[in-house]
Amino acid sequence: MTVNLFLFLAAFLACAVEMVEALTIVLAVGVTRGWRSTFFGVGTAVLALAVLIAALGPSISSLPIDVLRLVVGGLLLVFGLQWLRKAILRASGYKPLHDEDAIYAKERIEAERAGRDLRGGIDWYSFTLSFKGVFLEGLEVAFIVITFGTAHRNGVGLAAAAAGAAFVVVVGVGVLVRAPLSRVPENTLKFAVGLLLTTFGTFWGAEGAGTSWPGSDAALFGILGFYVLVSLAGVRLLRRERSQSARLREPRGAET
Amino acid sequence: MNRVIAFLRFWYEFIVGDDWRVAAGVGVAIALTALLAGAGISSWWVIPLVVVGTVYASLRRATRS
Repeated sequence: MTVNLFLFLAAFLACAVEMVEALTIVLAVGVTRGWRSTFFGVGTAVLALAVLIAALGPSISSLPIDVLRLVVGGLLLVFGLQWLRKAILRASGYKPLHDEDAIYAKERIEAERAGRDLRGGIDWYSFTLSFKGVFLEGLEVAFIVITFGTAHRNGVGLAAAAAGAAFVVVVGVGVLVRAPLSRVPENTLKFAVGLLLTTFGTFWGAEGAGTSWPGSDAALFGILGFYVLVSLAGVRLLRRERSQSARLREPRGAET
Repeated sequence: MNRVIAFLRFWYEFIVGDDWRVAAGVGVAIALTALLAGAGISSWWVIPLVVVGTVYASLRRATRS
């Protein structure tokens, strides 16, 4: 039950964040250059992702469960730590925050300036951009669905349900507001996703390596709590260092 | 050839990301856990500790660069 809940939450948040980013690109291209070719690009990307999941999923899940958890745990750890590292750098001010409004404005300007490349009734600029946006963001979703799906019983169903729920929420709200979802606390969500992926990676990686957790599945709470505390301490430390070095750089006369 | 390199680079950047040392740290943590578990020593604590140390070092490098 604990694992299922965490798994659903992690997959839902990760998928929602990636879908918000893809939606920004698709909206910018569609609103600026028209929807036909944009939707064609989106559809092709979704098809390519489905083929990738169908091809990779069964071949990975044919591995023995301990090897699978070792591989999936290691991959989730590496992947989760990428998210967490960036989130800590963003939260402490060392990396700019992700701003959907700014990205939307930039994409619209670029889409307006780009020339028309009409062949076969398709605007290939719109097609390529929407394909790339959905495929690249969707690749992370596919990765999470495959890893969760193969490492845990009922994982495929749970991860797919979470992805579906995220799709309904993000696209539903996107259609209603017809603007990038800049009010979504994307940076906080990315922090949470980084923590959850790292937690699952640690849990499965250690089990795959042959050790068992005290308290079994309940250890997930302990691992998550440990990473939350350490990450928040890291953000606090980096923020303090940043403000101290900013104060040192100020000219002496500015203090008076 | 260029396409093969670009393909491999894409997957490297997708999985490993900005700092290869974090991925290497994960590899070391898992190997150490397996080694200790094989010797009959409870080793669930290894990955969290190594991960924290590796990320701390990576953040230090990022903030100083």
